[in-house]
Amino acid sequence: MQKLTAALAGLLFGAGLTISGMINPMKVLNFLDLFGTHDFTLAFVMVGGLITTIIGYQLLFHRGNPFFADRFYLPGTQLIDTRLITGSALFGLGWGITGICPGPALAGLVFGNVLSFIFVAAMAAGILLAKFATADRNGS
Amino acid sequence: MSSTEFTPGSGVFGGILIGLAALILMAGNGRILGASGIFSGLLNFNFNRNTEWRLIFIASLLIATAVTASFSGMAEQMAFGATPVFTAIGGLFVGVGVFLGHGCTSGHGICGNARFSKRSFMATCVFMAVAVMTVFVIRHVMWR
Repeated sequence: MQKLTAALAGLLFGAGLTISGMINPMKVLNFLDLFGTHDFTLAFVMVGGLITTIIGYQLLFHRGNPFFADRFYLPGTQLIDTRLITGSALFGLGWGITGICPGPALAGLVFGNVLSFIFVAAMAAGILLAKFATADRNGS
Repeated sequence: MSSTEFTPGSGVFGGILIGLAALILMAGNGRILGASGIFSGLLNFNFNRNTEWRLIFIASLLIATAVTASFSGMAEQMAFGATPVFTAIGGLFVGVGVFLGHGCTSGHGICGNARFSKRSFMATCVFMAVAVMTVFVIRHVMWR
């Protein structure tokens, strides 16, 4: 059953990223460009996604357990450290340069544009580099 | 730079689908839907109990994108903002960043914030602010 739910989640995620237009890097850049182009779509995507997830998570966590797994696998730490801030800042920098974040990067591969492949290869290299640099081989 | 149309309706609808995806993964498997976590988990290169669902998730993501795009004409609208060299540099920053920061727009931005995680809220504020500043510098300072 876990395979089926993963498949369903992947299908909905892909449909959502495509319908919302978030797989289009220019649409993301035109949102981030608050002082120029005014495509506020990304904010509406976040609001739609957040409201749905907040309501659903409340119901789920109140229930106590997932349907097909032994427990909810949630990050336990609440620590805000330099690693979190540095990492998020680097991610923001790369996201601002390209308009591409990991979900749309993977989804965008289906269009066969060479830039999508360059991005995903570089992203994979970055992840591996960080893994070895931090000796955190198993990662998150 | 090419312009894009402001589409709040399809934005909210797509956002709800993304939210439902996050809910199903949590409801069924007890997992956070974080694209960077799912992808970097596969880069361990050892087959473990999480490998299978992660592969299935990414395969389904690709299929849904291809099918949905064929209906919506999204393939023709795709436009990139960076040259190949800057795409590689940006991708490298994103890779290092999401690994160190333990998440991206989906994991922190949607899932983490939806469970009111302070870490995710801080991460979201930082990557949003830096991304906005980066675009400002590239488009309004360097391009003048």
